[in-house]
Amino acid sequence: MQESISFTPQMLASPLAEILWLIPAVPIVASGLIALMKQPKRKTAAALAIGSLSFSLLLALAAFGHVVAGWSHGAAVRETVNFTWFQFGATNVDLGWVLDPLSAVMLVMVTFVGLLIFIYSTSYMAHDENFTRFFCFLSLFAGAMLGVVIANSLLLLFMCWELVGLTSYLLIGFWYQKPAAAAAAKKAFLTTRVGDVFFLLGIVWLFAQTGTLLFYNSGTGSMEAGALTTLLAQPAALGLSAAGAIGLLIFAGAAGKSGQFPLHVWLPDAMEGPTPVSALIHAATMVAAGVYLVARIYPLMHAGALAGGSTAPLTVVTWVGAFTAVFAALIAVAQNDIKRILAYSTVSQLGYMMAGLGMGGVAVGMFHLITHAFFKALLFLGAGSVIHGCHEEQDVRRMGGLRADMPLTFVTYAVGMLALCGFPIFFSGFWSKDGILEAARHWSVARTPLYMLVFGALLTAFYMTRQVGYVFFGHWRGHKPAHESPAVMTIPLAILAFFAIALGFIGTPAWPWFHAFLEGHAAGFDIHSLVEPQLLIVMATSIAVVFLGLWLGWRLYGGPAPRPGDPDVLEAVAPLPWGWLRDRLYVDEFYGITVSAFYSWWASVADWLDRRVWGGLVAGVAWAFRQWAHLNRFLDMHWVDGAFDKGCEELSTGGGLLARVQNGRVQTYLRILAFAVVALAAILFWSSRP
Amino acid sequence: MTPLAGYLLVAALLFSIGLAGALTRRNAILVLIGIELMLNAANLNLIAFWRYGPHPEALTGMMFAIFSIAVAAAEAAVGLGLVISIHRHAHTTDLDALNRMKG
Repeated sequence: MQESISFTPQMLASPLAEILWLIPAVPIVASGLIALMKQPKRKTAAALAIGSLSFSLLLALAAFGHVVAGWSHGAAVRETVNFTWFQFGATNVDLGWVLDPLSAVMLVMVTFVGLLIFIYSTSYMAHDENFTRFFCFLSLFAGAMLGVVIANSLLLLFMCWELVGLTSYLLIGFWYQKPAAAAAAKKAFLTTRVGDVFFLLGIVWLFAQTGTLLFYNSGTGSMEAGALTTLLAQPAALGLSAAGAIGLLIFAGAAGKSGQFPLHVWLPDAMEGPTPVSALIHAATMVAAGVYLVARIYPLMHAGALAGGSTAPLTVVTWVGAFTAVFAALIAVAQNDIKRILAYSTVSQLGYMMAGLGMGGVAVGMFHLITHAFFKALLFLGAGSVIHGCHEEQDVRRMGGLRADMPLTFVTYAVGMLALCGFPIFFSGFWSKDGILEAARHWSVARTPLYMLVFGALLTAFYMTRQVGYVFFGHWRGHKPAHESPAVMTIPLAILAFFAIALGFIGTPAWPWFHAFLEGHAAGFDIHSLVEPQLLIVMATSIAVVFLGLWLGWRLYGGPAPRPGDPDVLEAVAPLPWGWLRDRLYVDEFYGITVSAFYSWWASVADWLDRRVWGGLVAGVAWAFRQWAHLNRFLDMHWVDGAFDKGCEELSTGGGLLARVQNGRVQTYLRILAFAVVALAAILFWSSRP
Repeated sequence: MTPLAGYLLVAALLFSIGLAGALTRRNAILVLIGIELMLNAANLNLIAFWRYGPHPEALTGMMFAIFSIAVAAAEAAVGLGLVISIHRHAHTTDLDALNRMKG
């Protein structure tokens, strides 16, 4: 292990880091502008979205170059810009952003893949009447996702995280006229919310313990040594330290977003959205946000580990990841929807990433995240191209023989599929998956995850071969003949295919550039590490497993595939387990009879309470007030009004009497005056006498 | 009987005649004449009290009477103007007919 280089002081944020906020801000502003546009302004909307993301890509590339330049001069860059959002009492709530290798890599990946998918969407969605709305949401998503990436504060990250969840909901339900899409959107929103509640609890707990939510802040951030020591010293329940408990809570949020078992159920249903959305959000970027989050808080997860040891949160991450990897791969074997196969494969690969993070650290997990983003986006866009070419058909049993009709799509899809399977040497998936297996071999806690992941690799190769066999080989089983997609769709495929191959070579054991870059030490070229016997055994195993999977798949599905009505080859062999897998191992049904049933029972209890108890109470109070009002009315009419009326009558009578004196005759007045004067004079006269 | 008492008796007689006229006549002009008589009875009293009072050398009573006569002249002009205006309005100067100002 080489010595890591010290991070540069954070006071010296470069001008580039100062304007890093523009990367998420520009797409969000573009999204706002698009939202104000009318429906027919398709070209302007698309141009605005693509232009803003291109700007972000350029800025992200500049930031990446800056970080690489700093690193090659021997100083790993970590520049933060923090500011106080508001304060209450003596406590500041700070937000900020960070430019370090981790965020730089993610920025480039998200903007680049995003841009390709934006361009692809202009063609894929060309006939949709809500074209501008689509680009508005896409742009908002890109901005929010980039916000997650650059956030230096758990609070800012959480805000963008929720925004990303919102756009995911909006885009899954983009075709809200379809009941399935609307239901899938709701399901995705609610399921991820379960994880987010724990995430929020973790955030609040962390804030209560450390008083800051910044990751890095000149030694006082929550991911830096001082805060971690405090957290480790603080015991929580079940023998965990506060650091461990908070790590687990935040991991629950990550598991929700990244579709880890048992919160994976929303991700396959999310395929109801448009295919570019599946590619961008539910394969390449958003679902990777959970993995990125775990990588971001890795210091917290890893805190307290002895040399070569693991911590409780990392162990949990590993087991959940490894289990998800195998579990989802098993289900993927028996799916027939082209996108659902890919969706379960995504869940499975996310499990690999989590396991890689848990066992091998940030670099191992992140490397698989980056390579996966490219080849899975490629596969989804390829699937989109296939669906488009087959007139919106998604069932692989109604395709076949497309390699002749759609040659470009076939070649690029094959590249993506081989990368996903981990075909040796030439494909990126091989190197990143191998890194995870290698880390699993070194893991001190248990050997089982290694076996699980190897088995998962076998399944991956198998189900991808099955899918490709169904779609591209055999003979055409659809109705209308398929056609190749336009260039604006195939060119992004070609670019992604190039990266699906090329990216592998930045992270091979012989030249671990990517790992060195992320971990901040110098990268050396060392061909000998490639031929280390232990490593060779792992590589040989993985190669053997991949070839076994490919061979099995080809053996079973390479020939003429069955007609749509016929049972699958495996189904004919073992109908019962096949049925379990086809029905997704009944997780949805299990939730249906537990969680959903509980909630509907609880809702009916609440309904009963509302109607009978609270409703009765309210009605009783209303009745009492009505009676009281009647009483008041009676008193008013008969007592208060009576007295008032009588008084008025008396006044009126008195007035009438007095009015009679005023008869209008001047001389009468004069007479009265004269009598009065005489009377007055008489009184004066008589009273003045002694 | 002192001279002052004689003057006062004449003034009282004059006032009574004026008051009787003002109270009994129906014609507005005659009522005005009655009022003038009462006014002059008061003036006569002023002169008499001055002339037989403690300081006959100061011309206070005479001044007062002259003021009073001037004011009475103005008042008679206003009163006659009102009577003309009423006559134009109601075509009568009979006070019993002019009873519209009642409550």
